[in-house]
Amino acid sequence: MAEGHGNAPGTTAHTEADAAAHGRAFPPFQKDTFASQLVSLLIAFVALYLIVSKIALPRVGSVLDERAKRIEDDFAAAQRLKGESDDALKAYETELAQARARAQAIGAETRERLNAASEAERKTLEEKLAVKLADAEKTIAATRETAMSNVRGIAADAAAAIVQRLSGIVPDGKALETAVDSSLKGSQA
Amino acid sequence: MIDPIHQFNVEKIFTIGHIGNQEIAFTNSSAYMLVAVALISLLMIGGSAGRQMVPGRIQSLAELSYEFVANTIRSTAGVEGLKFFPLVFSLFMFIMVSNMVGIIPYTFTISSHIIVTAALAFLVFFTVVIYGFYKNGLGFFKIFVPSGVPVFILPLVVFIEVFSFFLRPISHSVRLFANMLAGHIALKVFASFIPLLAGLGIAGYFGAVLPLGMVIALTALELLVAFLQAYVFAILTCIYLNDALHAGH
Repeated sequence: MAEGHGNAPGTTAHTEADAAAHGRAFPPFQKDTFASQLVSLLIAFVALYLIVSKIALPRVGSVLDERAKRIEDDFAAAQRLKGESDDALKAYETELAQARARAQAIGAETRERLNAASEAERKTLEEKLAVKLADAEKTIAATRETAMSNVRGIAADAAAAIVQRLSGIVPDGKALETAVDSSLKGSQA
Repeated sequence: MIDPIHQFNVEKIFTIGHIGNQEIAFTNSSAYMLVAVALISLLMIGGSAGRQMVPGRIQSLAELSYEFVANTIRSTAGVEGLKFFPLVFSLFMFIMVSNMVGIIPYTFTISSHIIVTAALAFLVFFTVVIYGFYKNGLGFFKIFVPSGVPVFILPLVVFIEVFSFFLRPISHSVRLFANMLAGHIALKVFASFIPLLAGLGIAGYFGAVLPLGMVIALTALELLVAFLQAYVFAILTCIYLNDALHAGH
């Protein structure tokens, strides 16, 4: 950084301000100050460069990187959690759907079973009732038969008594029975 | 009489030593250079000391500076340009902080001296040339030969490209130097009108309001210029480095 221009001997004394006020060059063009400024600039700028490149920029850069990484991590974590909650929601929904299907299946099955049971019960009941009905009909028929035969006996007796009363003749049994039978048949028809 | 040039004087504080016949002095300029270095270190190291997830004011400022320069490099020189991040960051912050400090009254503005801006511009120039040849070999010469130019005007174009390449350090340094110098002279001239007018009596008091308003407006403008010139210096550095990084484009 050595300044190449020739300095007249003695100009070194000129850095005094008072001497500079008159008759000296415009300050930025005073060549005798150049070497001092260049040396100062060299020292200051090299120091600045070293501070900036070795300490300042790596530090600020690491702070920025750290923040970017933190934001990225947080964002990834949020994304992951959102995915998890989405999965949980999906699982919940499928579970719910399954449960609903199962409940419906159970309901249907139960209904069917109950239907079948009640059907069977109804059938046995009907059968029993039919048997009972048949029995009852049989009983009715028997009772009627006996009643009818009783009626025939009574009618025959009554007819014999009526004939005897009216004519004083004891009617022939056979002829009486035939007459009663035909009369009953006629009244039944 | 107020001298608007006085503020640019480099004044010796003490002598460091000699190189040959040349006296090397610690000057007011040296002191302000160290102030700039100290402020930048304080901002960047002190600001990041907390390492907070949610940054405070100083840390925000440190991070903002970091990302601003990093984005400037990425957008002009590509991701490979980040190799020169410490250099561009040092240049940008050094120029901006010293410019900002220079706006404070009675301070010295480092970049109002051509020798300082020229040294920084040549630092960039030689970085570009050396890295350009290191990375591309003789292919670095391609930057002087734009593609798609008709052969018969090619010699002229190459001549212009070479010429402008060597003019770069001059324009690079004079732009910053002239801006700072002119701005500070204008500020000082308008500021000196205030006591001059105020010395004229009652009417002068009212008249002095005009240059006062002008000084306030100029100070605001100078704040913008202080930042803008540092940014221009940094972005031109990136553009020049881009040539070295991508010579064959």
